[in-house]
Amino acid sequence: METTPTSSATPAARTASQELETRDMLLNIGPAHPAMHGIIRIVAKLDGEEIKEANVEIGYLHRGFEKMAETVDYNGVIPYTDRLNYVSPLINNMGYCMAVEKLLGITVPERCHYVRVILAEISRITDHLTCVGATAMELGAFTVFLYMIKAREFLWELVEKVTGARLTVTYCRVGGVKADLPDDFEPPCRKAFEETRKVLAESRQMLERNRIFTDRMSGTGVISAEDAISYGITGPFLRASGADYDVRKDCPYAVYERLAFEVPVGTRGDNMDRYLVRMEEMEQSMRIVEAALRDIPPGPVLANPETGRAIPAAEMVDLAKAGKITAIAGGCAVACPTLEGSGRDRRPSIATDEKRVFLPAKEDGYGNIEGLMQQFKLVMHGHGIRPPAGEVYFPVEGANGELGFYVVSDGAGTPYRVRVRPPCFAIMSALEKLLAGDMVADMIPTFGSVNMIGGELDR
Amino acid sequence: MDASALITSVQGRFPDAVSSSHAWRGDATVVLRREFLVEAARYLQEDPALRMNYLMDLTAVDWSAFGKKPSPAFFSSSGVAVRPPSQVSGGDPWPGLPSSSRFAVVYHFYSTAHGHRLRLVIPVEEADLRVDSLTGLWRGANWLEREVWDMFGIEFRGHPGLKRILMYEGFEGHPLRKDYPVAKRQPLIGPVN
Repeated sequence: METTPTSSATPAARTASQELETRDMLLNIGPAHPAMHGIIRIVAKLDGEEIKEANVEIGYLHRGFEKMAETVDYNGVIPYTDRLNYVSPLINNMGYCMAVEKLLGITVPERCHYVRVILAEISRITDHLTCVGATAMELGAFTVFLYMIKAREFLWELVEKVTGARLTVTYCRVGGVKADLPDDFEPPCRKAFEETRKVLAESRQMLERNRIFTDRMSGTGVISAEDAISYGITGPFLRASGADYDVRKDCPYAVYERLAFEVPVGTRGDNMDRYLVRMEEMEQSMRIVEAALRDIPPGPVLANPETGRAIPAAEMVDLAKAGKITAIAGGCAVACPTLEGSGRDRRPSIATDEKRVFLPAKEDGYGNIEGLMQQFKLVMHGHGIRPPAGEVYFPVEGANGELGFYVVSDGAGTPYRVRVRPPCFAIMSALEKLLAGDMVADMIPTFGSVNMIGGELDR
Repeated sequence: MDASALITSVQGRFPDAVSSSHAWRGDATVVLRREFLVEAARYLQEDPALRMNYLMDLTAVDWSAFGKKPSPAFFSSSGVAVRPPSQVSGGDPWPGLPSSSRFAVVYHFYSTAHGHRLRLVIPVEEADLRVDSLTGLWRGANWLEREVWDMFGIEFRGHPGLKRILMYEGFEGHPLRKDYPVAKRQPLIGPVN
C-alpha cells in the first residue's frame, strides 16, 4: 500500500497528537471487489476514515459497442443493445428501435407501443429491484436481497413468457416487436405484481425500520439538484435531489402521455431519498402496466378462423415448394415456440406496415413470392433496412435516467454511427464528488445507489 | 421553443458563427464555427429564453467514410418514398454533411425549464484537432470530453485532465475513427503501477 506524507506539525504549536506523523493513505478498491457489483476501480485518498479524494477508473468492461454497431445491419444492433444495461434490456431495445424509426420516419401501430411500454416498465421494476436489493445486501440485509430477487424472478418469468429469453431478450425490431403478447399474459402479470407488491411491503418494513440501514443511508452521498444537473445526471438519482425531470413526462414518447402515473421526487438528495424514489417508482411502473393492460387496443385478427388452420411450418414449406399454394392459403404456420405471436393474424398490430423495414409473417415468407422477396430483401447480405441519410437523437427514460441514441445514417445498410448516451456514465463521473468528505464505509451505500451497470457504462 | 425558433435565436445572436442549420426530423441542429463554441454554449446556458441547463451528450463523428459504402439507399433520401407520419415533422431531405472537415464534435443540449433540445455541431479539421473544453460550464463535460479524446483523438483545450477513459494508457490509436480496423488487436497490458 502506498502512503504519502502531507503535513508535518509546525514546531511552534506542538501538541501530543501533532507529534505523531499523519499521513494520507491510498486505498485501492477494485477492479474486482465483492462490494463493487461491477468492475470498477476507486483509488481513495483517506485521512483516517474520511475520504479526502476519490479517483474513479472505468473502462474494464469496454466491448466496443459503438464500433461493432457500425459493422452490422440495423436490426443486428439490437442484440448488442441487450448487453448495454443488462438488467433492463427491453428499455435499451426500445430506445434504439425508436431512434431508428425516427430516422426512417415511420411509426409503429398503437398496440405495439403499448406492448413496448408494458415490457419497458416491467424491466424498470426488475432494474430497481436489483439495485435496491444489492444495496441492501451490501449493508448486511441479505434477506431483502433474496426477497427482491424472488420478486424479480416473477417478473423475469413474465419477460420470458413474452420474449422467450430472460436477459438477452432482443425483443424489439425496427418497426415493431418480435411477437405479440401471449394470449394469457394478463393473469400471470397481475399475479406477479401481487407478489412484487408483497415483497416491496415486506422489504420496506425490514429496511425502513432498520436502524443500521437508515443511519447508513441518510445523509450520505448527498448531491444538490444544481450539481446533479451540471453533471448531466438524470433519472431516479436526479429526482431524489428534488428536480422532477423524467423523459416519460417531459418529452413523452410512445403512449406515456396517455397513461396516468406520478413522478416521485426526493428532497435531500442522499442515499435514503434515492432508495425511497426507486421504491415508489416501482409502484408507479406497476400502475403504468396495469393502465396499459386496460387500455391496450385488441390486435386485429386477419386470418379467418375457419380457414386459418394451423399447418406446421416445415410442412408448409414442402407444400409451397411443390407449388400447392392453395393448400396453404390462409393457413397459419406453426413455427417454433419462439415465433409464437408473430403470425399473420398478429402482425398488423405489432409491426409497421412498411414492407421495406419489417420481416413478413412466416406464412407469407413460406407461402407466396411477395413474402419471400420481402424476407430476402431484408435479411440477405447487402440488402436490409436502408434509412435515408441523416442524423437523429432519441431519448427514452432508462432505469438509470435518460438513455439517448444518436444514430447517423449515410443511406447504407449499416448504421454510420451509433452513439448511446449511457445514463450511469454521468452519475459515475459525479462519484468523485459524492464520495469526497464521506467515510470509507459510506462508499458502499453511495456506490450501491448509483446503480452502476458495467455494460452500459463502458459499452 | 420549437426547433425553428431555437435556430433563429442562435443565428440572431451569432450571425457570423453559424455556418448552417436544419431541423431534420424535428431535431434543431446548428453547425457552428469552432471559435464561438464556449461563447455560444454560455449563451445557451444563460439566456432566459433558452436556459439549456443540461449538456446531455457530447460525442463526435468521423465523416471520412460517409457515403462510401457501395449499396445505395433503399429509402429515398428525398423523402418521397417515405410516407411522412404525423408525429415526425419535416419531409425535407437531410441537408447533408455539416462541412468538408473530417470530424465533427456533436453536443446535445436540453432545457428542463422549457423542454427543448438543441444539437450543436462543431466541425473540426483533421490538421488541427482541437476544440475548447466546456468543463468550465458543465462538470459533466469532463468525462464526456475524455471519452471523445479516447475514441477520436480530438483534443479539448482547457480540460483539467485529458486522458483515456475507456481504453487503457498505452493503447495506440483512436478506435472509433473510421480508419481504425474493427478486427485490429493490440496486446493486453497489465496494470501500469
